[in-house]
Amino acid sequence: MYKYDQYDHAMVRARVEEFRDQTRRRIEGKLNDDQFKPLRLKNGLYLQLHAYMLRVAIPYGTLNSSQMRTLAHIARKYDRGYGHFTTRQNIQYNWIKLEEAPDILAELAEVEMHAIQTSGESIRNISADQYAGAAADEIVDPRPWAEMIRQMTTFMPEFSYLPRKFKIAVIATAADRAALRWHDFAVRIVKSPNENGAGEIGFEVYAGGGMGRTPFIAYKIRDFLPTSQILSYLQAVLRVWNRNARRDNIHKQRMKILVHELGEEEFRRQVEEEFQHFLTLGDDFPQAEYDRIAAYFAPPPFETGLNEDIDRSDPDFALWLDRQVAAHKAPGYAIVNISLKPTGQIPGDISADQMDLVADLAERYSFDELRATHAQNLVLPHVKKQDLCQVWTALNEAGLGEANLDLVTDIIACPGLDYCSLANARSIPLAQKLSERFADPARQEDVGELKIKISGCINACGHHHAGNIGILGVDRKGSESYQLLLGGSGDEDTTQAKIAGPGFDESGIVDAVERAVDRYVQIREPGERFIDTYRRVGMDGFKEAIYG
Amino acid sequence: MKILTGNNLRNGRVVWWDGQGWSVHVEDAADVGDQADAILAREDAACRVNGGYAIEAEPDPSGHGVRPSHIKDRVRAYGPTVRPDLTLRPADPDAGTWVI
Amino acid sequence: MAEPLRFRDDAVPDEPAVSLDAFLDQSNAASVRLEAGDDVRRLGPVLDRIRLIEVDFPKFRDGRGFSSARILREMGYTGEIKATGDVLVDLVFFMRRCGFDSFAPNVPFNDDDVQAALTRYPYVYQDAADPAVPIWRLRHPEFQNG
Repeated sequence: MYKYDQYDHAMVRARVEEFRDQTRRRIEGKLNDDQFKPLRLKNGLYLQLHAYMLRVAIPYGTLNSSQMRTLAHIARKYDRGYGHFTTRQNIQYNWIKLEEAPDILAELAEVEMHAIQTSGESIRNISADQYAGAAADEIVDPRPWAEMIRQMTTFMPEFSYLPRKFKIAVIATAADRAALRWHDFAVRIVKSPNENGAGEIGFEVYAGGGMGRTPFIAYKIRDFLPTSQILSYLQAVLRVWNRNARRDNIHKQRMKILVHELGEEEFRRQVEEEFQHFLTLGDDFPQAEYDRIAAYFAPPPFETGLNEDIDRSDPDFALWLDRQVAAHKAPGYAIVNISLKPTGQIPGDISADQMDLVADLAERYSFDELRATHAQNLVLPHVKKQDLCQVWTALNEAGLGEANLDLVTDIIACPGLDYCSLANARSIPLAQKLSERFADPARQEDVGELKIKISGCINACGHHHAGNIGILGVDRKGSESYQLLLGGSGDEDTTQAKIAGPGFDESGIVDAVERAVDRYVQIREPGERFIDTYRRVGMDGFKEAIYG
Repeated sequence: MKILTGNNLRNGRVVWWDGQGWSVHVEDAADVGDQADAILAREDAACRVNGGYAIEAEPDPSGHGVRPSHIKDRVRAYGPTVRPDLTLRPADPDAGTWVI
Repeated sequence: MAEPLRFRDDAVPDEPAVSLDAFLDQSNAASVRLEAGDDVRRLGPVLDRIRLIEVDFPKFRDGRGFSSARILREMGYTGEIKATGDVLVDLVFFMRRCGFDSFAPNVPFNDDDVQAALTRYPYVYQDAADPAVPIWRLRHPEFQNG
């Protein structure tokens, strides 16, 4: 993975000192909250229900054992012994003190981590495929471009105050494991056919996606962009948005709204015009810089001639193997998915001890590499098949051995009203109840792939618009109420979920979800997942079963 | 009744105006009548509270203290319902129902 | 009254700034005031007439002025660009990078804060309207004069 050079270190350290100074001025009363808020948001520090919340960046979801141990240390020293992995591959701490935040950032900087631009109206963490560098279906590893874009978008002076947040994703596969089209700006690395058939590498570019209160799916704004021009193109997109978005209504300022109002054609035209202008400025990073970064992402020294046989005699191990382990491009290796969704537990939460354990496993069994996924789980990307049993045993002992990847209990849930000042309803207890309702492994296996996503408010941090079953918490006359949505997807066949009908209270929604699942099981055709059956029969095929 | 709440500037803890200062215990919250804006302006300027605001509350059914009218503030009063061990009342079996 | 912060040594223009529409109508004005929503490219044909352009920030969160300034420099404008309105001292460094060379904020800056903001970052990651050399060029000296 990428390693900072002296320049990267200097920038992050400068940022820490700047924030230390800003914090001091706030505590001394020289800055009021209105002035300080955008500054602390640019460093990932929110004021939440119980305390300050710090969101630490995990660039494109990649981290090593030293970084994970530091995250554990921060949980112990400055927080209350745990952290929460988010739907953008970051980690959050919920009990932070403002007066300690600069020290936390300083400790993070020592292991090449930061909280820069993780909140506020900034260009946020770049997300990427959690299987990057390990999956067989990728054209190249997308992370060198993700890292290059990360540097390009750090402290961009022209975009110091964007209309709203801006989220970018980078993948290099036909399969979409990063919910590409739900981003403001996303690229898929492709090979362009040319006369020799050799295929120049470039980007298929998508723009204008986003969740929140008015969800939009990104459209393909360009079929092919030479990779060497990505900064010019991205600056063009940002400038068109920065100059033309509304500034009077925070709910109408995301780029998706501008794209919708101008129309896709006109937005594309304005971007192309600005892009041609930017090309004349010569801002783009050269191939030499790409090569420098890419060298850090060279494949690890995979061994050959490894044992491919796995002893499946332990049924629990076999279950986990079939569910959590994905195929690796290198013979003898496998990708291990670590579930942070144990039955009845808080989705995405992990204790400091568990973080240390996972760090040890990464160092020992996965070339010191870990990934965070947008589904709030973790990945050990490069594990020898012959080590899988030891890895599973260790995970299981630590409460991390659940075998439920993409199953009904692998629920994505935002922190909700238990933690978040924006929320209308609690989402975590609902996730726990659903998890317990469907706990039976045989039933989960039978139901198959079913992605439930829960948001505690319209801001959609739980990605409910992209849930096969989505749940939205609303406030109905001062009490918590839940809307049920069906048919969303964050995969390459991206669709937006639709509201099924009137809302429910907490026990009502659990029963309603179960009725929807039972209905699917009843009418499905061979090979159909929940989402496939929904697409075949539509909401009409489910409505009566849910509402009677 | 109207009570005031906010967060401590330095450590972020939830606080309640008790008539003279800011307490972490919701039971200390005092009715501020129509003085909310004046108190908040003064306390914010002196950095004794961050993000303070006024809310509705009723006398608590137990007889002492208050019960904020909105569930969000009741969650703030104790802590996350899903981690009772991290709340202000880890040993209180009725804390959860009080919040909800 | 505090002196506006200025990074030029030529004489301070003393004509009042007129609005964009008024400027394009008048042949003798030399200072123009841009609101946040004005299209700065309308000044393209008349840049050589202008000595001062004020770019207003109605709220510090409204970042359109950063683009306006940078576009002006890209168009070849070498006169003064002044940031007015709700300008935060912490952003002075990034405004300088976009081509601003004077500042008249609603609330005057503290000199120490200005110094701290200007000297905080030893490097920059990308090109902008200023002469600062981005890190990637420092890493690859063969491009430094590019």
